Amino acid sequence: MWSYEKRLEFPVNIKEPNAMLAQAIISQYGGPDGEMGASMRYLSQRYSIPYKEVAGLLTDIGTEELAHLEMVASIVHQLTRNLSMEEIEKSGFANYYVDHTIGVWPQAAGGVPFNACEFQVKGDPITDLMEDMAAEQKARATYDNILRLVKDPDVCEPIKFLRMREVVHFQRFGEALRMVQDRLDSRNFYAFNPAFDKCEDCNDKPDCGCKN
Amino acid sequence: MGDKEQLLRDIGIADFVLTELVLYLDTHPHDVKAMEYFNHYNRIKLQMEREFSQKYYPLNTRYAESSKEWRWGAAPLPWEGACV
Repeated sequence: MWSYEKRLEFPVNIKEPNAMLAQAIISQYGGPDGEMGASMRYLSQRYSIPYKEVAGLLTDIGTEELAHLEMVASIVHQLTRNLSMEEIEKSGFANYYVDHTIGVWPQAAGGVPFNACEFQVKGDPITDLMEDMAAEQKARATYDNILRLVKDPDVCEPIKFLRMREVVHFQRFGEALRMVQDRLDSRNFYAFNPAFDKCEDCNDKPDCGCKN
Repeated sequence: MGDKEQLLRDIGIADFVLTELVLYLDTHPHDVKAMEYFNHYNRIKLQMEREFSQKYYPLNTRYAESSKEWRWGAAPLPWEGACV
């Protein structure tokens, strides 16, 4: 279960609206490498992980991703509040506006709606953690692309914070992958899926991590 | 920056240290020094949160005890810029 705190993980206080920038940044809300996919990926993957330390890390990073989802939504909301009809027409925001007014809806910068196919739950710990590491790099690269578009320091600072967190999460997932591999047979990590397969001689290997 | 904004910012800083330590300790569960840091910042954060909730508004329902007005509902929304 979760408990909500009425504050953001990092402050977001944007004074100048900018609908064009909002349309780019919304990709980190509901786009292919966005925070909605990130949070749902980790919080869904954790159920099949047989090691409680790794499932715990997925829970904690998934929880932080929910805080990032809220930060990105706050940025989009503050970039689009108080927009005039003229600004909406001029900035190319009319296509979004016609469906959502200035509400925050999960879509990619190109208008493609959020889709669960943007992440995977393979049910194989090595596969899932490899995806998680790649996802953190893809999100980091997206924030780098956003930073090249941003001139306003009010937008820049929270985006830089989010980018930095991707790097830390990548590091932690790398350590989790090592924790999984340390429990598997180093001669062939892929011979056995610890989230599904059972070994034949568990009594000799109490730390094998199998489902027996 | 007023006292309220300063305290909210300090809570954010302490809580960020804790977020970082939690993830670090998840993969380094035997690092005693990191645990000492965690215990220290956790105590500070809880104390500041309680103080903030008594003086201004509750940041979490665990601090939302009310008598005349439902204080949790009256608290400002973080996405409207209440978070400094």
